[in-house]
Amino acid sequence: MADSTQGTGGLKFDSKRRAWPNELNILFALILIIAIFEALGQTLPYMNDQSFLFDTRDRFDSIFNEARLRIIILQVAIIGIIALGVTQVIISGGIDLSSGPLVGATAMIVMSFAQTELVNGGPNPKAVFGEWAFDLPILIPIMVGLAFGALIGFINGCFIAFTRIPPFIATLGMFLICRGIAQAWTRGKPVSFPTEGYAGLGSGMMPVFWFLGLAVLFHFLLKYTVYGKHTYAIGSNEDAARMSGINVQKHKVLVYMIASMLAAFAAIILSSKNLTAQSGMGIFYELYAIAMAVIGGVSLTGGRGSIIGTVLGAMVFGVIQSGFTYIKLDAYFQLMAMGAIIIGAVVLDKVRQERAAKRI
Amino acid sequence: MTDTILETKGLTKHYGGVHALSGADFVLQKGEHVAIMGDNGAGKSTFVRQITGVEQRTSGTIHFDGKEVRFAGPIDAREAGIETVFQTLALADDLDVPDNLFLGRELTKFDWLGPFRLLDYKAMREATIAGLERTAVKIPNIRNTIQNMSGGQRQCVAIARTATFSSKLTIMDEPTAALGVQETEQVENIIRTLKEAGQPLILVSHNMRQVMDLVDRIVVFRRGRIVANLKRDETDGQDIVAYITGAKTGAEFEGAA
Repeated sequence: MADSTQGTGGLKFDSKRRAWPNELNILFALILIIAIFEALGQTLPYMNDQSFLFDTRDRFDSIFNEARLRIIILQVAIIGIIALGVTQVIISGGIDLSSGPLVGATAMIVMSFAQTELVNGGPNPKAVFGEWAFDLPILIPIMVGLAFGALIGFINGCFIAFTRIPPFIATLGMFLICRGIAQAWTRGKPVSFPTEGYAGLGSGMMPVFWFLGLAVLFHFLLKYTVYGKHTYAIGSNEDAARMSGINVQKHKVLVYMIASMLAAFAAIILSSKNLTAQSGMGIFYELYAIAMAVIGGVSLTGGRGSIIGTVLGAMVFGVIQSGFTYIKLDAYFQLMAMGAIIIGAVVLDKVRQERAAKRI
Repeated sequence: MTDTILETKGLTKHYGGVHALSGADFVLQKGEHVAIMGDNGAGKSTFVRQITGVEQRTSGTIHFDGKEVRFAGPIDAREAGIETVFQTLALADDLDVPDNLFLGRELTKFDWLGPFRLLDYKAMREATIAGLERTAVKIPNIRNTIQNMSGGQRQCVAIARTATFSSKLTIMDEPTAALGVQETEQVENIIRTLKEAGQPLILVSHNMRQVMDLVDRIVVFRRGRIVANLKRDETDGQDIVAYITGAKTGAEFEGAA
């Protein structure tokens, strides 16, 4: 047999050099950021030697400052659920800007199916529907919410797959439509007081369990199923995917539907946690979700990224946000610093990619 | 007729008023390697696109493996056993070798899960290694992504699809056009391996040395027609160039060009 290893064009191929997983870089970044905040806490004159994440005042049984850890993880859990969907959309080569307003619209709609009739013995005044919509079984608001999310995702996906308008434009339009739905639903009034069962969905640490559970599920789907493989393939080389017989259009619709259903689920958890829904819910969530994915190493050009990365990205996001509060950075500067960090993350990713390309 | 793998009769393709291909009669025997040569716009690629179902022919018939066929698309052709290595390679850069070989036809478990059925990574890896061995393609680590590979290795991966799926006919559209000297040699070695294995091949190429080295027969296209059908042993480069440029026309094709 002819030996085809002859002449690989000067390429030294080292099979032992396994690709360094990007997730580890993000983990190191996370630890580094924690260390920086810890160091700032020790050095800044007004901090009184407070620790960022560790329990230095024996308020808790463990060595960690459990209260802060809990807040960090709770803060990112709900946006994190959206980020799981956004991750899949970006890996497939798209973008979804409509998730934030979709949270607002879904929360309003779902809440009006989840209201309880009596609040502290008095009638609940803010129902959208008539008496029949009071005290419905918990499954109804959940199904309505997921169905609404699926519908919005289906519309997004169909426009992107069949009319070939850029995902940015399609979902930007949906962004406005959803915010409009949220406002028109009650003419701007909030909807409050859900049934006890519904309120239980997002109470306490429940959002964190939902987030981690869904993360495990979608990690599995992306890594070990045909759905995941085709998502990566389409984002990596859409023409190759089409030539290989993958139904690219159908698959894109499915990806956008799943992403929107995750955003709708986040809305259910959020409204349950807050015990109320307002039309302004979810402002900036779409951008935060994209930021989590991007910090987590999901490439905006498609084809690369992982759920583990996005979960770590969400943690980085939460730690930075909490860290800014911890060092008493003015709320106005927090947003600016956040923006700078997101740009930095993308630049770093770009540099890393180009260096990897040069190594070959 | 049992020795014929592919036969076209009067294969014709018009793009509006442009006669890109007219009345192409072409026969390929089992185990035979044939080169298609011709100037740019001579109809080589049009011919290949009709066989692989990328385009629908205007008229004429195609018999493949003893049956008349009419492929609705390239996927149909691939399922019938015609594997095409396109110039663009059609590889997903972020996926590894088995993923690319099995793209769109993954081996799966639990098929009742529909789009969420599980990938059988182990079976795909094993089939990939077997396929690479059959073509004598050596890629040190098949779990590396395509973007970490050289042009030659990418080409090898694209060609290795043929062996992995034991297809009945391989078509390569200028496989070495973008490769360096050593990488070209690597690809040519694979083509020789295919020959030893008795795999029929249609090779579209501009490289005269390569064609004279590798194939049994050379078919020359000119202005949408086949103008020569030459046995490698009975011809030489000068002769072929004369047909390509139109200085000469094959006896059986008099009046065609």
